[in-house]
Amino acid sequence: MNALAYSFSDSATMLRRQLRHMVRYPSLTFIVVGMPVVFLLLFVFVFGGTLGAGLGGVARASGTGDSRAAYLEYVTPGILIMTLAAVVQGTAISVAMDMTGGVVARFRTMSISRASVLTGHVLGSMVQAAISIAVLLAVAVLLGFRPSAGPMEWLGVIGLLAVASIALIWLAVALGMVTNSVEAASNLPMPLILLPFIGSGFVPTDSMPGPLKLFAEYQPFTPIIETLRGLLTGTAFGNDGLIAVAWCVAVAAVSYTWAMRLYERHSVH
Amino acid sequence: MTTNHTGPTIQVHGLRKSYGRQVVLDGIDFEIAQGTVFSMLGPNGAGKTTTVQILSTLISPDDGHVFVEGHDLSREPDAVRAAIGVTGQFSATDRFLTGEENLVLMADLRHMGKREGRRRAAELLDRFDLAEAAGKPVSTYSGGMQRRLDLAMTLVGDPRIIFLDEPTAGLDPRSRRTMWQIVRDLVASGVTIFLTTQYLEEADHLADRIAVLDHGKLVAQGTAAELKRLVPGGHISLQFTDAAVLEKAALLLKPTSRDDEALTLQLPGGGDVRSLKSMLDRLAEAGIEVDGLTVHTPDLDDVFLALTGHPDTTQPQEAIA
Repeated sequence: MNALAYSFSDSATMLRRQLRHMVRYPSLTFIVVGMPVVFLLLFVFVFGGTLGAGLGGVARASGTGDSRAAYLEYVTPGILIMTLAAVVQGTAISVAMDMTGGVVARFRTMSISRASVLTGHVLGSMVQAAISIAVLLAVAVLLGFRPSAGPMEWLGVIGLLAVASIALIWLAVALGMVTNSVEAASNLPMPLILLPFIGSGFVPTDSMPGPLKLFAEYQPFTPIIETLRGLLTGTAFGNDGLIAVAWCVAVAAVSYTWAMRLYERHSVH
Repeated sequence: MTTNHTGPTIQVHGLRKSYGRQVVLDGIDFEIAQGTVFSMLGPNGAGKTTTVQILSTLISPDDGHVFVEGHDLSREPDAVRAAIGVTGQFSATDRFLTGEENLVLMADLRHMGKREGRRRAAELLDRFDLAEAAGKPVSTYSGGMQRRLDLAMTLVGDPRIIFLDEPTAGLDPRSRRTMWQIVRDLVASGVTIFLTTQYLEEADHLADRIAVLDHGKLVAQGTAAELKRLVPGGHISLQFTDAAVLEKAALLLKPTSRDDEALTLQLPGGGDVRSLKSMLDRLAEAGIEVDGLTVHTPDLDDVFLALTGHPDTTQPQEAIA
């Protein structure tokens, strides 16, 4: 086997290790999958009636006069991004737990692909993200969400969610390593959960006051959410798709480099 | 277990490491011959673990050269990693997996192939008396079991060089004996072993060569017999009931030291039966009653006292005046 094949095989081994952890200790997965569902129910049933009425025809369902249905349609893409943020919070915790334990020190003394420990975490989190997103979309459909997306649009949704999760997960891997405690690692990704609020995740950015609106329009989650919303429900999103992908690629590249550097430098405790 | 390399398996020259202002290793040199046990002896904080971490590629030295089987550690770390196995002081097992899964994980990372990996895992579980607990998560294992699994994981890929960082620290006497036997078996099969320990007894039992590390410097190197020659023999301590008796005994025996408050005398001697008996006979003839007697054999404290001029302060000291 050559170096590349070894690197694939080592990453696959580490992914198997992560999946075993998930199966054996499902509580973290449960929280990660459950939290966005709770948020969706909360926003649709508690706030949805009022917020939907204020959307002013942004959503297709607005025409029907059912403001709760309109808000479900509007908020689902925002909650999808929140789903990713919840997944990566789990990533940061499990990376930090791994780095403070002895087994990673053992991996580092072995002749294995250097990136494989981290790619194992990344691939494991991708699986978790896929489950989480599927569950959330299923719940949304049960509540009456009817995406207008055709096969090409669905491909776009899956592709964008994939690059967004790669970017956010690598960022979380780096955040999980930059601190030496599990508690700190669980707090660091917190802004990622809050950012969709200060964007177009829950209300249109036009409704915000000046400086906040400026931030909300230019922060990376907004173009991602706008693109998902456009692909799923047929709203116009202009060049947000390109901006979204550019953000994801940039965050992924910086985070990957950062994470690898931290891994190389990380000394044992 | 063959290698094309001739000469010492491990060569270390002028190894230095500091953390900020704190110098941990202050230029150490040693060589380890293939198929031997080299023991690094020293108290906590002497730099033993740092040495193991550098030699096993976990951290890089500030200065110095390390060659493992002829491979330069700084240039070919992967070649070094392929030859070594490490069992550190702290458990390096995956607590969420079972014992068997941990071993299969190692086999996978050594690219052993599925069937071969399973066979090797089963063999090691048997050898380390873990077969019964193979299917249980490591978090339920006792300290001794975790240590055995840890070592078994190190052995999965048949490394030619094994680093053991205080492998018996915190183990009960029986587990310690088991660990010693495992080390002897490994050496018999041609493995080179680097072992750190705080126990002179352990180094004495296992090592072909011993190096004494103190404050980042090697203060002595040699076989156990050579080191013991550097250490003054043991002493005998006598306890009396009152000062008058102590005075009489002191006049009779010419002790190396006396303590009037603790009412004790110290005499040179390793405590062989004949000289003990003659000393007690002389005391009996003079009508001096001895309250208590202890025989002190040379240990790590004595080695340190002899080699460094200061006692090993991290060990609980015996109250000797």
